[in-house]
Amino acid sequence: MSLHQLSLTAMAQGLATRQFSSRELTQHYLARIAQFDGQLNSFVTVTPEIALAQADAADARLAAGGAGLLTGIPIAQKDIFCTEGVRTACGSKMLDKFVAPYDATIVRKLHADSGMVMLGKVNMDEFAMGSSNETSFYGPVKNPWDLSRVPGGSSGGSVACVAAGLAPVATATDTGGSIRQPAAFTNLTGIKPTYGRVSRYGMIAFASSLDQAGVVARSTEDAALILQAMSGFDALDSTSIERPVDDLVSGLGKSIKGLKIGLPKEYFADGMSAGVRACVEAAIAQLKALGAVVSEISLPNAPLSVPTYYVVAPAEASSNLARMDGVRFGHRSAEAKNLEELYKKSRGEGFGSEVQRRIMIGTYVLSHGYYDAYYLQAQKVRNLIYQDFKRAYETVDVILAPTTTGTAFKFGDNSDDPVAMYLNDIYTIAANLAGIPAMSLPCGFSEGLPVGFQLMGNYFDEARLLNVAHQYQQATAFHTQSPKEFV
Amino acid sequence: MSLSPEQVQQVAHLARLELKPEKTALYAQQLSNILAMVDQLTAVDTTGVMPMAHPLELTQRLRPDVVSEPNRREAYQAHAPAIEAGLFLVPKVIE
Repeated sequence: MSLHQLSLTAMAQGLATRQFSSRELTQHYLARIAQFDGQLNSFVTVTPEIALAQADAADARLAAGGAGLLTGIPIAQKDIFCTEGVRTACGSKMLDKFVAPYDATIVRKLHADSGMVMLGKVNMDEFAMGSSNETSFYGPVKNPWDLSRVPGGSSGGSVACVAAGLAPVATATDTGGSIRQPAAFTNLTGIKPTYGRVSRYGMIAFASSLDQAGVVARSTEDAALILQAMSGFDALDSTSIERPVDDLVSGLGKSIKGLKIGLPKEYFADGMSAGVRACVEAAIAQLKALGAVVSEISLPNAPLSVPTYYVVAPAEASSNLARMDGVRFGHRSAEAKNLEELYKKSRGEGFGSEVQRRIMIGTYVLSHGYYDAYYLQAQKVRNLIYQDFKRAYETVDVILAPTTTGTAFKFGDNSDDPVAMYLNDIYTIAANLAGIPAMSLPCGFSEGLPVGFQLMGNYFDEARLLNVAHQYQQATAFHTQSPKEFV
Repeated sequence: MSLSPEQVQQVAHLARLELKPEKTALYAQQLSNILAMVDQLTAVDTTGVMPMAHPLELTQRLRPDVVSEPNRREAYQAHAPAIEAGLFLVPKVIE
């Protein structure tokens, strides 16, 4: 078995017993990036010097004792996380020359604390706004399963590099589905934890009440190991939760006999393709065979999540992105004659079309005369969506749903029609509005393309979600499939 | 709700965005479509529902009023477009 096919646990074992060094492992991945990434465009910045220095430090730590389970294992960082001394562009021309002056908390936790090795920064939709990776200033990422198709978004680089074996695992972020939809499109396991579980410090803000960091991996076990290392209270994030982190790993092996799974009827109405429906129904049957008890539930306001999101998220984005003004960092227009022109031209030149559209929608719904009708009303509907989930978790342990309506689509299919693109996230957005943890994991293939299904949990119930997903993966082999051109 | 190209220009002004004139008509159409999709919210009865700004019931933490951050002005200004004597430079605003 090649190094890039090993699970993180097997990698850790290989490192601990000195079968291979972190430097060898890191070089293996750097060589694969050099060989394959020209086809995929998943990395925006490869950091070989940093990677090899961190690998050598990890090897020293492994030799001296005191290494952690993740010490010496490489990882790719989504380019939304600030990395000190390394360009952090967030998929935007606006930040093309921005070298972050500090590390995001999760970067510090994964590298300085856990001893992981950073291979580089991976591509994404501009400011994480998109569902196809086509809005990146650095060009679209290709789906390793079919290069004519999108990898999903916004974490397109994260999933493409992991699916193709150019990194064992990658960080990602999810504001409306940006971890789960791309994971489903590339046969990966991706988890977005409860809002507030992972620090947002140093993660460039899109919609602050929805953004949450997580991970994409090739198995639930790999995802659990990384999420464990990323999670925890951080005084630098005012919305971080002061609550101990559950052990996400040791409970993976528990039986799920008697687990109560709810199927929201609104998610199983018309909308998904026949291929997706067949795979998701097979997954439900498999979970029943493992002892889960399945019942139909209702989330009556869930169909309102897309319109709610497209008020709340742009409103928050228009406010967050006001800091990109050409004064303190980021792109500054060379043409400006006065301060107003400096703002307008820098932002006009620095932001791409999708970001401009969302800033304008956000500005509009917050403007005088429209605030009550749009923004306040959306916040009230958000409360109704939240209440639906609260009620549902009184009777079920987890909620199961499709992740996407179809498989990965072709480049250009939705890029001229923003509303069609937005409807891609119809099954994923509600979890962000409510703030609950949710994950996507592979459940089969439709015409050769991966299909995922979604598990949504109650607040802080990541351990249970991961347990269910792991039990499912012990009984199935979909997640072990890799795209054959990248073996 | 549909937006005219003139209204798009007005919103862009509020957002301090300079739009290329040839893009205004397309933006007007796209933003109108988005607002039409969003308009289904107006039909929802939300009488007596509290607006939800945030998924968790949090209160802001307090900390002792002591300096906890080192002064890193030089590092933070290293990537600024224009600085002088520790200040960020912008075009003249006061005649």
